[in-house]
Amino acid sequence: MLKRIRRRYLALEIDSGELFDSREFMDAVWSAVLKLYGEYGASRAGLTLIDYDMEKRFAVIRTVHTAVDMVRTALASMTRIGNKPVAIHILRVSGTIKSLYKKATK
Amino acid sequence: MKRIYADLHLCPNLKDSKHVSQIISKASKLGYRLIAITFPSNLTEEEIRRLRNISKEAKIDLASRVDLKPKTPEELIYDLRKLRRRFEIIAVICESKNVARQAAKDRRVDLLNFPSLDFRRRFFDKAEAELASNGLASLEIDIKPLLTLEGPARIRLLSNLRREATIAQKFHVPIVISSGVSDETLMRKPKELAALASLFDLDEASAIEAVSKNPLAIVKRNREKLGPRFVAPGIRIIRRGKDC
Repeated sequence: MLKRIRRRYLALEIDSGELFDSREFMDAVWSAVLKLYGEYGASRAGLTLIDYDMEKRFAVIRTVHTAVDMVRTALASMTRIGNKPVAIHILRVSGTIKSLYKKATK
Repeated sequence: MKRIYADLHLCPNLKDSKHVSQIISKASKLGYRLIAITFPSNLTEEEIRRLRNISKEAKIDLASRVDLKPKTPEELIYDLRKLRRRFEIIAVICESKNVARQAAKDRRVDLLNFPSLDFRRRFFDKAEAELASNGLASLEIDIKPLLTLEGPARIRLLSNLRREATIAQKFHVPIVISSGVSDETLMRKPKELAALASLFDLDEASAIEAVSKNPLAIVKRNREKLGPRFVAPGIRIIRRGKDC
């Protein structure tokens, strides 16, 4: 029987003076993972954008629980989206979306 | 007990007080409770006091740090004699092998920093680690080049850092992970710095210690030494009086 996939949800703060749309943001995340871990590593991350608020500079992404450290490192290594300087900070990591929002809004 | 995080290498432009305040408040916001700013060796006590007040307002502890960049071991000894009692942290930027060896064995040095990207000019090998393990020096790893470099340069740097971190752990030389940044957007949370340390194969527990326990131990030790009650390691004045 296939093992159930355990997922992790990451609440992110996009620290920049500029605004980015969700596509620009996810492209930058993918490219950071690709740069550090290559295509094989990126394929194991199972990255998905769950929620994105451009105005609040807030995002929620999903990954598999075995790739959390990898995604955390890749996010910390991001310094630009396009040509604009940016820093991505992880606010919370959680196993369910419900508890993530609960923790993130605390 | 809540863990206290420290970043011992921030390099704001000290002439721009607004920039300094921004960096300090950003560090506080990111979760640091102790930071060290690199001061020029001729900075006045008044200026240091002013910066301490700014950090007090941001609810963050500030330690004074000076980076020595001597060309010869003699110059290093001279600088140490002159500056050791004025600064809480002394880091030596090792650009030659002789200086690196002297810095590793001198108990007045707190941090050994190897900024060069050329592996031939990074002198943290087994001999250096053995000297450092007998002294008090820690290996400082700045994260800034990991963020700013790309491609082959970053690959080479990671390979060097991996080798140095392994040697340091083998010889029980404490590792201190610092940001080394002068720009706000390159500042990262302590756990993010620790996550970046996984790129050079530092395990999670050691990486967390490198941003909390190890830097705190340096500052605590030096504050005790610089305090008025300190006599010698293990001996301190408890009470003053005629017959105590």
